[in-house]
Amino acid sequence: MTTTERTAGATGRRVEDGSGVPLLEVRDLHVEFRTREGVARAVNGVNYSVGAGETLAVLGESGSGKSVTAQAIMGILDTPPGRIPKGEILFRGRDLLKASPEERRKVRGRKIAMIFQDALSSLNPVLSVGYQLGEMFRVHQGLSRKDARARAIELMDRVRIPAAKERVGDYPHQFSGGMRQRIMIAMALALEPDLIIADEPTTALDVTVQAQVMDLLAELQREYDMGLILITHDLGVVAGVADRIAVMYAGRIVETAPVHELYKRPAHPYTQGLLDSVPRLGPAPHPGSGRRELRVIKGLPPDLTRIPSGCAFHPRCPRAREMCRVGEPLLYRVPGERRSACYFWKEVVGD
Amino acid sequence: MGRYVVRRLLQMVPVFAGTTFLVFFMAHALGDPVAALFGDRAPDPATAARIRAELHLDEPLGTQYLLHMGGILTGDLGTAFNGRPVTELMAEAFPVTLRLTLVALVMETVVGIALGVAAGLRCGRRADTAVLAATLLLISVPTFVSGHLLQYLLGVEWNLVAPAVPTDASLTDLLLPGLVLALVSLAYVTRLTRASIAENVRTDHVRTAVAKGLPRRRVVTHHLLRNSLVPVVTFLGADLGVLMGGAVVTERIFNIHGVGFQLHQGVLRQNTPTVVGFVTVLVLVFLLANLLVDLLYAVLDPRIRHV
Amino acid sequence: MYDPTSRPGPTVLTVTGPAPGRTPGRGSGRATGGAPGRPRGLWSDAWHDLRRNPVFVVSALMIAFLVVISLWPGLITTHSPYDCDLADSQGGASPGHPFGFTTQGCDVYTRTVHGARASVAVGVCATVGTALLGAAVGGLAGFSGGWADAVLSRIGDVFFGIPVILGGLVLLSVVENGSLWSVVGLIVLLGWPQTARIARGAVITAKQNDYVLAARALGASGPRTLLRHIAPNAVAPVIVVATVSIGTCIALEATLSYIGVGLRPPTVSWGIDISEASDQVRNAPHMLLWPAGALSATVLAFIMLGDAVRDALDPRLRRGGRT
Repeated sequence: MTTTERTAGATGRRVEDGSGVPLLEVRDLHVEFRTREGVARAVNGVNYSVGAGETLAVLGESGSGKSVTAQAIMGILDTPPGRIPKGEILFRGRDLLKASPEERRKVRGRKIAMIFQDALSSLNPVLSVGYQLGEMFRVHQGLSRKDARARAIELMDRVRIPAAKERVGDYPHQFSGGMRQRIMIAMALALEPDLIIADEPTTALDVTVQAQVMDLLAELQREYDMGLILITHDLGVVAGVADRIAVMYAGRIVETAPVHELYKRPAHPYTQGLLDSVPRLGPAPHPGSGRRELRVIKGLPPDLTRIPSGCAFHPRCPRAREMCRVGEPLLYRVPGERRSACYFWKEVVGD
Repeated sequence: MGRYVVRRLLQMVPVFAGTTFLVFFMAHALGDPVAALFGDRAPDPATAARIRAELHLDEPLGTQYLLHMGGILTGDLGTAFNGRPVTELMAEAFPVTLRLTLVALVMETVVGIALGVAAGLRCGRRADTAVLAATLLLISVPTFVSGHLLQYLLGVEWNLVAPAVPTDASLTDLLLPGLVLALVSLAYVTRLTRASIAENVRTDHVRTAVAKGLPRRRVVTHHLLRNSLVPVVTFLGADLGVLMGGAVVTERIFNIHGVGFQLHQGVLRQNTPTVVGFVTVLVLVFLLANLLVDLLYAVLDPRIRHV
Repeated sequence: MYDPTSRPGPTVLTVTGPAPGRTPGRGSGRATGGAPGRPRGLWSDAWHDLRRNPVFVVSALMIAFLVVISLWPGLITTHSPYDCDLADSQGGASPGHPFGFTTQGCDVYTRTVHGARASVAVGVCATVGTALLGAAVGGLAGFSGGWADAVLSRIGDVFFGIPVILGGLVLLSVVENGSLWSVVGLIVLLGWPQTARIARGAVITAKQNDYVLAARALGASGPRTLLRHIAPNAVAPVIVVATVSIGTCIALEATLSYIGVGLRPPTVSWGIDISEASDQVRNAPHMLLWPAGALSATVLAFIMLGDAVRDALDPRLRRGGRT
């Protein structure tokens, strides 16, 4: 596996290369929640970084810690019960976890913005969308109510909501799902932040609308040269837009790779399982393997209060051996700017 | 919005008619106002017949009700025990009670919501538990008990306030009576606000507001409070009825010459027409207030008005 | 009026009125049993939570004590509440008379103990009445929908439009006797719409459950669906409101008696005694304090019980985090 890959994002930076400061770098982040059943370790040492103009897709099942990581970056974790015992979140080289609450607030919305999954519940039902959009300008830039409204209309036009001028006073429940998600996107874009975190932005939408919303997001990202962290469990969403992918399992990153590399030759059995469980039309991903079977990963994601020893994936892994039960694998360097947390990545890649 | 208002107004018509009729019916069909007027004495038949005719009690019930409502709508409420027109008593009594109720309403709203927000934001912590326990105690002490206690302690033992209120009671004279009247409701408003805040604080849209980088104060006032107030406003409308009943008690304790005092006099002197007249007017005010609350409800929550 | 179709609003008790439920007399003894067809999970969970809730244990003990002395006041008293001697008028505490005497020279302790009966009786009866009537009307309205719902809801609005104390002034001033039943009747008459609203909301929610739709699709008759499938699921909110409302009803009875339109002598009631004592606060505060304390403690016990039951039965609030 030594072919030099055509990496989609030229600006893509790797965590370890240390040259220049990435836009956002998460280092050894840990997050835990105190629950009735004990301490749930939602995030256990996550490392990733995003550069300006780059799209990083974070892939994983629910409970893998992908959203919790995002909330920790935004500083919107519920604390308590949540707690960040360890780690750094460097934004342009500054550790956000050490910043004062007021400094963090000023980063939110202005420098880093977030798009949530369910726009209906994430927008305030009793305030007009114009008010909610305009609020960004009024609070962060001190604009008057009137100017903020004008900017809100501009934004709505920007995300291609028809008849923005007439609809600026409407309430979220009066819009369709796709339109509501466009409003969420508009809100995140309002102050032209450096980084947008989109947490399952299309999951709640109809399939037909998903592509439109995703395309809009990708287009705007290119236009503003923003960094984008795209959190999803849907491999289909990722393929077209992401530069790199980080796959998470049980609060850890198990594989990172440029998007096409990962699709072609996964280097971790979990990623392989994910790819095999997606029904696809067209040619099989492994040339020459002929028809491929649709397989699912057996078993369930682990209970976060009792994460298995060693490699957390070993109880579900078809390749698990004794050493997987004992020692936790490091993120091994795999040729082609990628990494895998599997002792047997060579076997997996060679498959 | 327009359709919602019209629908509400139309719904109010039968309710207005029904409620006023019910008040009338309770006094006239279930009891005998004339016998009540004489108390334990057996009325002289001639006098009784004269009073019956005067009060139209010899007419069919429906006619009586129409005459009664006609009287109320034209401002003729009959004559009280001391020979003065009931309307005149009302003109004296209403402003006082209005001030008293206003003081109580402002207290329960301001203090109740403030305490409720403070507790709701600290849900599960010590301050929250303390507020909950305190409200539990407040709810358990009926108005007439807390009224006598506070009057005794503050007015008599510690001499902090005048134990009785002058006839032309000003707002400051009514602070203590207003507080007494407000106490139980205040506790309910606190609990209701707390529950509502604690529920809403975890909603997605509040999380969005935080993620937008809004200052905490703005998140609470503009995003959390507004949504949490809908049930509180509904409660305040219904609570006005409780305050009216409580005013009867409070006015008796502090010797305030308001509606409650007149009602109480009417009951003591068994003067049914006075009582029915006063109660009917109060009920109309109550219904109107609730209509107002309904409209406010639609202002607070746009989802209601677009149904 | 307030539109019941719009969200059921958090279960917060309103002062106005009494409301409902079959009273789980003391605690939720019945919760353990659970009628057949009732989802066991909720009820056994609730009972499990309740037994460990100190608020519930304390209030249940207080209520048990109250019920016992209201049934057999002779257990802890030796005098009769009517055994009065004017020579003792407003006397302070003395041996055998720990709470002192009233203006009439009656023993305050004895009267305070005997007063429990009227309070508990009115509280329980009025609550049962409101709950049954309210649940029946509300359940029917919610189940039928359409015109029947509109009519029943407006009728509810009519009765809701008269605050209980004001209604009491009108009704009880013309009704001669001032008996316990007239007070109960008044509270039920004006208090049922609140339970009805809650029952209606609960039934409408339960009606939309998939298994109810399935039962109807399979041809279960209307009444059968209501009784077998909907009622068991709609009963929890009614019980919650009912438990809390016992305390409210007790306070209401005392208030009516206090302003002279509730119970009347010779019935022994805390409200009456407090009313008589209120003119004499300066001379003999003990006359006021003891019955007032007993009344407040009783109301507190029932409100606490209601709170505990609500916490146990309402998972939505449970999540809010109890301490």
